[in-house]
Amino acid sequence: MNSFMAWIEKRLPFMDAMNKHAIQYPAPKNFNFWYVFGVLATVILVNQILTGVWLTMNYEPSGDGAFASIEYIMRDVDYGWLLRYMHSTGASAFFIVIYLHMFRGVIYGSYQKPRELLWIFGMLIYLVLMAEAFMGYLLPWGNMSYWGAQVIISLFGAIPVIGEELTIWIKGDYVISGATLNRFFALHVIALPLVLVILVFLHILALHEVGSNNPDGTNIKKPKGSVKPEELSKFTFHEQYTKKYDIVDAIPFHPYYTVKDLVAIVIFLILFSWVMFFAPEGGGYFLEAPNFTPANGLKTPEHIAPVWYFGPFYTVLRVIPEKLIGMIAMFAAIGMLFALPWFDRGVVRSFRYRSKIHLFNLTQFAVCFVALGVLGTMPASDLANLAGRIATFGYFGFFVALWIYSKNERTKPVPERVTG
Amino acid sequence: MSNVPVNNGRRRFLTAATSVVGGVGVIGVAVPFIGSWNPSARAKAAGAPVEVDVSKIEPGQMIRAEWRGKPVYVIRRTEEVINALPKHDDLLRDPESKEAQQPTYATNGYRSIKPEFMVALGVCTHLGCAPTHHKGDFEEFVTGVKNGFFCPCHGSKFDMAGRVFQGVPAPLNLVVPDHSFPTENTLLIGVAPGEA
Repeated sequence: MNSFMAWIEKRLPFMDAMNKHAIQYPAPKNFNFWYVFGVLATVILVNQILTGVWLTMNYEPSGDGAFASIEYIMRDVDYGWLLRYMHSTGASAFFIVIYLHMFRGVIYGSYQKPRELLWIFGMLIYLVLMAEAFMGYLLPWGNMSYWGAQVIISLFGAIPVIGEELTIWIKGDYVISGATLNRFFALHVIALPLVLVILVFLHILALHEVGSNNPDGTNIKKPKGSVKPEELSKFTFHEQYTKKYDIVDAIPFHPYYTVKDLVAIVIFLILFSWVMFFAPEGGGYFLEAPNFTPANGLKTPEHIAPVWYFGPFYTVLRVIPEKLIGMIAMFAAIGMLFALPWFDRGVVRSFRYRSKIHLFNLTQFAVCFVALGVLGTMPASDLANLAGRIATFGYFGFFVALWIYSKNERTKPVPERVTG
Repeated sequence: MSNVPVNNGRRRFLTAATSVVGGVGVIGVAVPFIGSWNPSARAKAAGAPVEVDVSKIEPGQMIRAEWRGKPVYVIRRTEEVINALPKHDDLLRDPESKEAQQPTYATNGYRSIKPEFMVALGVCTHLGCAPTHHKGDFEEFVTGVKNGFFCPCHGSKFDMAGRVFQGVPAPLNLVVPDHSFPTENTLLIGVAPGEA
């Protein structure tokens, strides 16, 4: 066996890669529960790909057949209902863990130098994920699928001069039709998953190059020769990391964090299964009621609400009375997140050692984001509009305020070594 | 390599020329990929004009026709409705239909060819929902205006010429599609007068 492994190793450095990225990868020893969501997102990605492949085996991507084929999967295909609920629950779960994963990065300053590119890859994943979810939601060809897509595609009509032509080009017809469904299907099952997997690969590669941040925001890689031998981490790490740095407060990713992540995965799967088996519709938020009737271009659902995970951006769009400005604001809301590493001019990463103003700003940002999300699923009213405008102000205000106070922020001293 | 005599100018020219030719090739290859997203010949054919017999519409009644998959509202306006149209101009965003939401031959006080017949897409200009026709009970939305359209999605309001009221999310008047009357009682949606 050993000589076989050696034979392989000479031709493809498999064990070396395993060592570099898992067995001898130095991870800070003070990760808390906030650090499990990256792994959970990966688990869900695998779930989505696997169940997605199986769903395509019985799904019919056409205007005439799509809705009926979903009913066929739900009623006639053995375990079809389970595969579909795994996929639809997975979609919402994906966004839950991604939002928590992003929030972790925000509170611990994981986007700061030198992790800007890592953050950008993460944001690109988020963007592709939204496109993936939007196109996937059209596929059941229910009435909410249809009108949700109608609302979002008609946004592009607000672009001056080319807008109207652009919407026809996207739809491939004068209305949303089977042609639209087919191209969304192609993008949903082939193009975007490929892009997604490549981006996830780059995200992890970029992470392992700069190393993980930790709840203290300290640096576990010290300049070579600056640490006394007895203070060095006792574990063996790959020479890629040790030849350039002295490593402190680190443990190998495997087995220490693989085991910890396994616990998180088990807890997650328990919660996931509970939703999947007992509340797959997610109280009307994961699967919306009007989607149980087929798409009908002449009958608008009484209240068009996007799926919950688009809620925050949908609210920004609709509280602004001018359509074009609303659309710009919506995309700007996502663009601000991309630019977060440059809005934050501070050098202290973790909120633990930053100012009270920062803690307040983080809190109001979280509250506004959740409020925008809740409002996005509610019908429009004067009160909801007012609340939505305040929350929109708070959302954008987070970035502006951060840019202002982070330059000369009163921070606490950051410890040399991790604390817990 | 460093000992090899190199003509840098020639090398730069060849690199640039290769890049340009390659770039043109990429653009050329992109054409079919982008072009295939346009509506197919079948989709274009399905967008053919639609005929409506307007003699069967009672005064005050609205019917829905379907053209290019979109609902077209055809309303036979009563004398009372027509006379009320100019009376609430001050409440409208674009009372004179300055925005090109209608063909030029319908840019008038009623936004139609014949004052009696209103023809408009039943697609709200905000986000594409279908506004509801309120006959006689529109005052609950706009005081002093008896008839109009109310969009249940985000509360946009339109009058009996499809003109949008102020203070609602919809930015523009309802779209008036190309239409014509080849005979006294036939309405042809999708074809301008004098065409085809």
